[in-house]
Amino acid sequence: MTNLRNRLIFSGQFVFTLLVAAFLIVPALLSMLAGVTVNYFTGIRSGLTLQWVIQVWELYADTIARSFVIALAALAVTLVVGVPAAYALHVRGGRFARIVEEIITLPLAVPGLAIALALLLTYGGFSDFRRSWLFILAGHVVFTMPFMVRSVMAVFSAIDVKTLDEGAASLGASPWRRFRDVIVPNAKPGILAGSLMVVTLSLGEFNLTWMLHTPLTKTLPVGLADSYASMRLEVASAYTLVFFVMIIPLLVAMQIYADSCGRKTARR
Amino acid sequence: MTHKFFTRLCLVPLIAVIAAFFVLPMLRVIVVGGSGDMGLHAYAAIILEPRFRATLINTLVLASVTTALSLAIATIAGLFLQRHRFPGRALLVAMLTFPLAFPGVVVGFMIILLAGRQGLIGALSLPLAGEKWVFAYSMQGLLLGYLYFSIPRVILTIMAAIEKLDPSLEEAARALGAGPWAVHRDVILPALMPAFIASGAIAFATAMGAFGTAFTLATNINVLPMLIYTEFTLSANIAMAAALSVGLGLVAWAALALARAFSGGTVAAAG
Amino acid sequence: MNTTQGVTVRVENCAKTFADGTRALDPVTLDVARGETLVFLGPSGCGKTTMLRIIAGLEKPDSGGRVLFNAQDVTRIPIERRNVGMVFQSYALFPNMNVAQNIAYSLALRGAGKAERDSRVAELVALTGIEGLENRNIDQLSGGQRQRVALARAVAMRPSVLLLDEPLTALDAALRERLRGELDRLLRTLGITTIYVTHDQSEAMTLGDRIVVMRKGAIAQVGSPRDIYFKPASRFVAEFIGAANIIDAVSDNGVLVLPGGRLAVDKTGHGQVAAMIRPESIGIISPEAAFLVGRVASVSFTGDRQRLVVDGASDKPLIVDASNTLAVKIGDTVGLTVAPSAIQFLQGA
Repeated sequence: MTNLRNRLIFSGQFVFTLLVAAFLIVPALLSMLAGVTVNYFTGIRSGLTLQWVIQVWELYADTIARSFVIALAALAVTLVVGVPAAYALHVRGGRFARIVEEIITLPLAVPGLAIALALLLTYGGFSDFRRSWLFILAGHVVFTMPFMVRSVMAVFSAIDVKTLDEGAASLGASPWRRFRDVIVPNAKPGILAGSLMVVTLSLGEFNLTWMLHTPLTKTLPVGLADSYASMRLEVASAYTLVFFVMIIPLLVAMQIYADSCGRKTARR
Repeated sequence: MTHKFFTRLCLVPLIAVIAAFFVLPMLRVIVVGGSGDMGLHAYAAIILEPRFRATLINTLVLASVTTALSLAIATIAGLFLQRHRFPGRALLVAMLTFPLAFPGVVVGFMIILLAGRQGLIGALSLPLAGEKWVFAYSMQGLLLGYLYFSIPRVILTIMAAIEKLDPSLEEAARALGAGPWAVHRDVILPALMPAFIASGAIAFATAMGAFGTAFTLATNINVLPMLIYTEFTLSANIAMAAALSVGLGLVAWAALALARAFSGGTVAAAG
Repeated sequence: MNTTQGVTVRVENCAKTFADGTRALDPVTLDVARGETLVFLGPSGCGKTTMLRIIAGLEKPDSGGRVLFNAQDVTRIPIERRNVGMVFQSYALFPNMNVAQNIAYSLALRGAGKAERDSRVAELVALTGIEGLENRNIDQLSGGQRQRVALARAVAMRPSVLLLDEPLTALDAALRERLRGELDRLLRTLGITTIYVTHDQSEAMTLGDRIVVMRKGAIAQVGSPRDIYFKPASRFVAEFIGAANIIDAVSDNGVLVLPGGRLAVDKTGHGQVAAMIRPESIGIISPEAAFLVGRVASVSFTGDRQRLVVDGASDKPLIVDASNTLAVKIGDTVGLTVAPSAIQFLQGA
């Protein structure tokens, strides 16, 4: 009796979970399929083709390249600025550090649209800056910085980096040597996780970028929005397919990495 | 060089970058919001002006419904996935969290592919129900889009919380004679409450600020981010756009501050 | 670089008040002799770790306090230039370096060549008994091995002072006892000035030339292990170190008057006193021959001895350690005897 009921509950939940997964995954598969179908309306019978992908490449190659440049530049800035700051915030502690942490985390709460508006109102008058991709970079740095800082800080509190720092100091290492020899090498898991986050988020950032871009500084997601509005479904799908191809390896890397970290801590 | 000096040096670039590209601009928005034709009344207009108020209520309702549905869906699926080990489970989890990094515009496109004029739902409903269901650009379509980006976020937090649940709590309740229903009502759901609050606030804040999805789908629906966008670009009503941005930012920030007070973990809104 | 085997350490008027206003340490003045092992002993929160961190240079004393190594004021010198070897409670071994790299790190910082580093590492792994582990990663080591690596690393640069902060606390009881002996031998071999912090009294007894018992940010007593054990200066020290019976009674011309009889003591005059008697100093004899009798309330057999609780003899139950062969059971009436020299009167009764 209870056995039957348990089986029913199990099956019900299983079907429900499958349906949710289907809701999330089916459209993504559809778009990948549509991107390589000759005519989506007729369906797969019309045959498979790479013509849409090629067309996307011809039309939008510059947006793809620009997205990568911005993502890597955002990564470079968040690394150089964020990692030392995460260290300082962690070891200093106290009210000042908490306030700084609070402020740099605000961009997670404030919608990108508002940040973009703020940047436009403040720097819109500096037309050289406004017109260059660096303007978009500034927005991406603000948006991704908390992910880098917090992911590195999480590692610092997990490995008790303060004591490692004191240990190195007791052996005679100067603050800079400690940072180079002990802090950074041991922060690697957090730096790597933060880097994956920064690149992934930057590549997919739309809310800020749509407001900040100019016709000459379009990024991939901006181009996507363009194509959804003005291109035939197959081209839009092919473009989305290109985006998936770029972003999925990053997502998989993040997943694998999170799993291996989880196992490592579980083993200890 | 002392340690104190060194750590101070480490903070200088961060403070410079954040001050220049976040703090100053945000202060500027607050000032601009109060310096249009209406002056500081622009802030009051968010609530007093019927058109803005309707949009605000619309957005709040949409975000609340999204949050409630995401929580319910994620709890059912999350409990199932953490309770049972079966072949293909890892794949299922991956599928449920896969859309996490999709930009809002892509989410909008996914809904178009599901419920648009050439969408799957329409194609299926035509032979089954005799009519083509097309609702991508309606309120239902927008809600579906919001659910699409909320579910993965919420499910991750809830699954993590379920994993951390002390199994002896449930065992103790059962030893005391509680049936499966009572165990859930009295032990498991209360223990998950912090995760509900945390992930609910994230879902809510994200939904409030979601621009990309609305940009793709909400051509005829007024939600706050779209209103800000049109005020800024089409009406060139910069002060009102700024005031609305400040209001939107405050609501989203308040929701997340609440979440953090309860969870203490990293909570982030994006998309 | 100072390569002598240790320095004298003087802590002068060092107090510590933290930024939030909590007072961790009242002004303390102390001297540590060259080559001596001084142990700070006390319950958690007594200020012993703060004391160690001030000597290390990890905390600054409140103004007016000074730390001197060989009469040289080092108060303003940061830890990285004090040449102190430190073993942390969590060991603070660098996970990104292997065992040999950890041990040789201080030498590398000082510009030592590879040959010099290798020979010093070989010397230290032999001294600490961890040969063969040189290329292991830290997460491949057991707790005891980590402790030895931490010690080898701390002494690699021949520090002026060796500071150990609860170095055995993270280990299980059996291992702790074994390493305590090894540590004692090692510290004597090195002959280096050592300051050791612990909350474990048997560790303090084994390792310390002198023990500083601390309580609530102040020194309760300084003395040799024997002094501290047999002549505690206060009720707190008596009760913190080992088991103690503290009897509040009236002393009347060489006799303590108790509910169960009387005890002869080396004290003239008349007055209220607090007398401390260790459980092992109380002998069990037949009640007929005794001046003090009581009733056995409980017997716990621990193998090497049996611990009795005897009611009715004093104002509160007495703890008595008896031989493990004594035939005694709950309810027996027993006679108690204590040598007058084993009764210690406490100040501030």
